[in-house]
Amino acid sequence: MINAIVAVFIVIGILFSILRLLKGPSTADRVVGIDTANIIVTGLIVFIAHIYDNNLYLDIALAYGVLSFLETVIISKYLEGRV
Amino acid sequence: MSILGAIFMIVGGIFYALGGFGIFRMPDVYNRLQAGTKATTLGTFSLLIGVGFMHPQWFIKILLIIIFIAITNPVGSSVLGRAAYITGVKPYKVVVDELKTLYSKGGDKHGNH
Repeated sequence: MINAIVAVFIVIGILFSILRLLKGPSTADRVVGIDTANIIVTGLIVFIAHIYDNNLYLDIALAYGVLSFLETVIISKYLEGRV
Repeated sequence: MSILGAIFMIVGGIFYALGGFGIFRMPDVYNRLQAGTKATTLGTFSLLIGVGFMHPQWFIKILLIIIFIAITNPVGSSVLGRAAYITGVKPYKVVVDELKTLYSKGGDKHGNH
């Protein structure tokens, strides 16, 4: 019951940020949308670890967090024009 | 302990939904950064602490993820805001723009960094 409520809230958050990714006017809007979606997916992986009761998903969440931070910083540097 | 974890997890989910709604509704890149990043940082803290209450033997790894997100998420937000300013996105209904003398439009003469 509680897991279903939390899952519905997480899906609402990911859905709105993907909508912003699809209709953002500038490139920075799309990067903001994908950054928020990445953070929410990091929380979702930890939630999946709670549901399946498996320890390995926490390592996957940590690696996903590292990669999403690198993605945001590198796309921002590319937008500034000095990669 | 389980009831406390459930309360923390529901609060985290509500913050996720509000962050997503704010990122859809706000009129500007900088407002969207503010709404999205801060709300989802607090939501991640709350949901991960809730999962840590549910499974107490995982608490060290969850604390590691929380510290990592607390360090990297505001850094990414700040870098993204500066990139949006340099590429020429104007703030919504702005009156005084004090960064105009620091950054040029083309991006070849930066400020103090």
